[in-house]
Amino acid sequence: MGMFILRRLSLMFLTAICLTFVVFIMTNLPPNLEKLAKTQGNFRMSDAEVASYLGDRGFNRPLTIKYGEWLGVVPSYKIEGRDGKIRSRCSAHGPVKDNTINYCGVLQGYWGQSWVFKEPVANVIDKRLTRTGALMFWVFLLMIPGALILGVLAGMREGSKLDRTLSTATITTTATPEYVSGVIFIALLASSKFGLSPLLNSWGWTEKRTILKGSATSASKDMPAEYDISFVPQFLEGLWFRLIDAPNVENFLLPVLTIALYGMGYIARMTRASMAEVMTSQYIRTARLKGVSFRNIVLRHALRNALIAPFTVIMLQIPWLLTGVVIVETLFNYKGFGWALVQAASNNDMDLLLAVSVVSVVVVLLTQLISDIGYVFLNPRIRIS
Amino acid sequence: MEPLTWTGPLGELLNPLIRSVTFVFLIAIAVQVIATIALPRARGFNPDGTIQIHFMTNIINQGVRYSLYTFIILLVLYLVIGATLGASSLGIIGGISRQLLPIWVSMVAIFTASIIFKRRLGLYGKLFDSPIGMTGFALVIFWVLITVLAGGLDLVVTHDELSQVSGMKNKLPGTPVRGAEAGEYAHYLLGGDNLARDVFSRAIKGSAIVIIIAPAATLFAFMVGITLGLPAGYYESAPLKFKTRGFYLTSGIVIVFCVLMFAIAPIDIAILLTILSLLLIWMLLRTAVDTVISFLANLILAFPVILLFFLLVTPEIVKTGLPNYMAMILFIFPVIFFGVLLNARFHTRPDIRWWIVGGVTLILFWFYLSMISEIDSPVYILPSFIDAISLPSEILVVFVSVVFVNSPTVFRIVRGLTLDIKTRDYVAAAQTRGEGSWYIMLWEILPNVRGPLIVDFCLRIGYTTILLGTLGFFGLGLESESPDWGTTINAGRRLLSVAPVPALVPALALMSLVLGLNLLADGLREESLKD
Repeated sequence: MGMFILRRLSLMFLTAICLTFVVFIMTNLPPNLEKLAKTQGNFRMSDAEVASYLGDRGFNRPLTIKYGEWLGVVPSYKIEGRDGKIRSRCSAHGPVKDNTINYCGVLQGYWGQSWVFKEPVANVIDKRLTRTGALMFWVFLLMIPGALILGVLAGMREGSKLDRTLSTATITTTATPEYVSGVIFIALLASSKFGLSPLLNSWGWTEKRTILKGSATSASKDMPAEYDISFVPQFLEGLWFRLIDAPNVENFLLPVLTIALYGMGYIARMTRASMAEVMTSQYIRTARLKGVSFRNIVLRHALRNALIAPFTVIMLQIPWLLTGVVIVETLFNYKGFGWALVQAASNNDMDLLLAVSVVSVVVVLLTQLISDIGYVFLNPRIRIS
Repeated sequence: MEPLTWTGPLGELLNPLIRSVTFVFLIAIAVQVIATIALPRARGFNPDGTIQIHFMTNIINQGVRYSLYTFIILLVLYLVIGATLGASSLGIIGGISRQLLPIWVSMVAIFTASIIFKRRLGLYGKLFDSPIGMTGFALVIFWVLITVLAGGLDLVVTHDELSQVSGMKNKLPGTPVRGAEAGEYAHYLLGGDNLARDVFSRAIKGSAIVIIIAPAATLFAFMVGITLGLPAGYYESAPLKFKTRGFYLTSGIVIVFCVLMFAIAPIDIAILLTILSLLLIWMLLRTAVDTVISFLANLILAFPVILLFFLLVTPEIVKTGLPNYMAMILFIFPVIFFGVLLNARFHTRPDIRWWIVGGVTLILFWFYLSMISEIDSPVYILPSFIDAISLPSEILVVFVSVVFVNSPTVFRIVRGLTLDIKTRDYVAAAQTRGEGSWYIMLWEILPNVRGPLIVDFCLRIGYTTILLGTLGFFGLGLESESPDWGTTINAGRRLLSVAPVPALVPALALMSLVLGLNLLADGLREESLKD
């Protein structure tokens, strides 16, 4: 087992190196560098000005050396620019302040400087990831129980009317990508001129112009400085604010529902298949012949074994949710990790983009590893040789 | 001119009917779901041993069935009346149904012919035994027909999808067109978008891009996946042996490649590529080809799709010509696939072998060259007078990135299926007969995994449609005035709370197509499992 984890971790490391190198090549292609220079300097720069801007910040040196700098195995450049200032990667491509630091890479814990947000990448990632974490927390709270209940109900009597109805519903949710369901939800529930809101308003059931909000910006606001809640310990206050206080039904239900619905269909279908398979197995037949009631068969005998496969599916679903997160955060204007990804990619903010890809690759591979290990623990018939 | 209402004057007659039927149907469904949980399954046995069903179950089931039938009949009535009388009597729905008349006629013809001859049509015919499969097929064929009749023949649309009419900005569905002349259609059936274009015509025209690109890209992804997945699953030993002809050939190619790289690329990249090539040869000598390809496939799969799109499909990357180089690699796989497929079959027939294999490969190679060679791009090989296909660069980059994203998954599926099938007796029999390994892969294994592959093909077209929509949603690739659904949703989402219709129409269109493909796949799976 130890060997297995070690091998997987080294494979993960290798994959991360390969992929970040690919991202590095792509972001350092000449047109992309030109775009970076023009968005950071000004748009009317001449070619010579672009070249000197990039040269001053060490961009027109060999690719492998720049990558080594990012990784922290090659000392950072110190280039005296045309304006006479000495710049270095360690001082965020600005004039050097401390001359003693030489290595500024990931290995030293320095993730670089974000060009768009004008702050260290580590701060950006940290802040945005917490917000997306809060979103995912509520998504999972809604999605997993929902999917498991739907799947078990559909799978316990394969071919029944209930199964047909639920299966049609789950097929429909898997056919509805986030940008479609999000648009439908906003039109139905968060539009002042269309859908349910004007209807309920005219009936006098609600006071508000729209039932829910079509924007989650208020859920991503920063914690106020004097924030204090008496019954929550000091160190948990940030978490409490992010998870419970900032989001509410009005601004958070639609984004959560949009992500959860698309993932839910797939997990429910897998649970249904696994449940249906368990229900045809020999030991269930034995239990039935002994006269065990159907409720007890499902709850006591079938459920445990039927939930092994969905565990794997749920873990493998997490990377898939990332696309959904990016779409939903863009659609609902929630300033989290996905929103940062879009900003980084559309402005060629290379250090941020590299950090984003490291995070996503680690998430993908870590969930794979956890699903494999968890499967072994849940299913004693499987042993890793 | 009066604005149209949704259902016009006749609607006042029909709407209460359909409303009450819908209400009854929903109630019946809810009761049925509760009944499956609450009511006992069987209350005893008939004399012949069958289960006696609870009498309430029967009543509820009949309630659901008849209310559903009435509902469907009413819906069809709407469409039929609309198609005959048009917008004047049945409002917007009537107008749309009238415009779609050619589609309805062709669909009725296709369904009648298919149901009459369904016993002779193989798997396609069996589709008409399952209601789910039939619903899915109806949705898919609806959009295919729209692409053919509206995109090809200009039959369905009411206005030009790009022309803007002043005063029609963000107008509600059914608004009369200001200053419409005699020959023109008098209304915007589904309203105008934020640039005063007709929403209905744009949604209809937008189907063409999806309906053409999604299946084609999926097909290419399948070619790549099959061509790589079969050998990865089939071969167990290392593909190269020391000091054989293959070894010298591969080493030769690698050496030429490295020398070329030293000539054109920066020195550090050239050194890196040389080390990688040596590593590759060493891997091919040591381990199975599966290890190498699987590692590459997992590498692509570990990369988030959305990030890949943002890196690949930007104007800056298109400028560097990277999509063209990727097209060069990805599009060669169909040529290889068909060449090897035919060669494996006909290599025992020396009289016709070279005619068939050589001819087909040459024609495909010409198509390949015409697809990758574009004017004003880094890959400009064919002169334009023999260039059969000219893809606009933004279509090419979208196409390439979608194929690239889908291929590793197809590879994994084919590899898994091959690993399973190659232990069968008929494969052993073919090996004993002395058949070549490519013959066994392509003519013994591949036909026997067609069932799961066809089902996955349908699902994957749906997924590709979603991916194309995602690209459009982020404004990547296609031009901002392109009528495709993703781009239109992106344009409409900014004003969603004020004017939701321009975004809602393409969203529902995309959903119906993907739903149709998923239902079709479900029906196919069910029917192919019955054998």
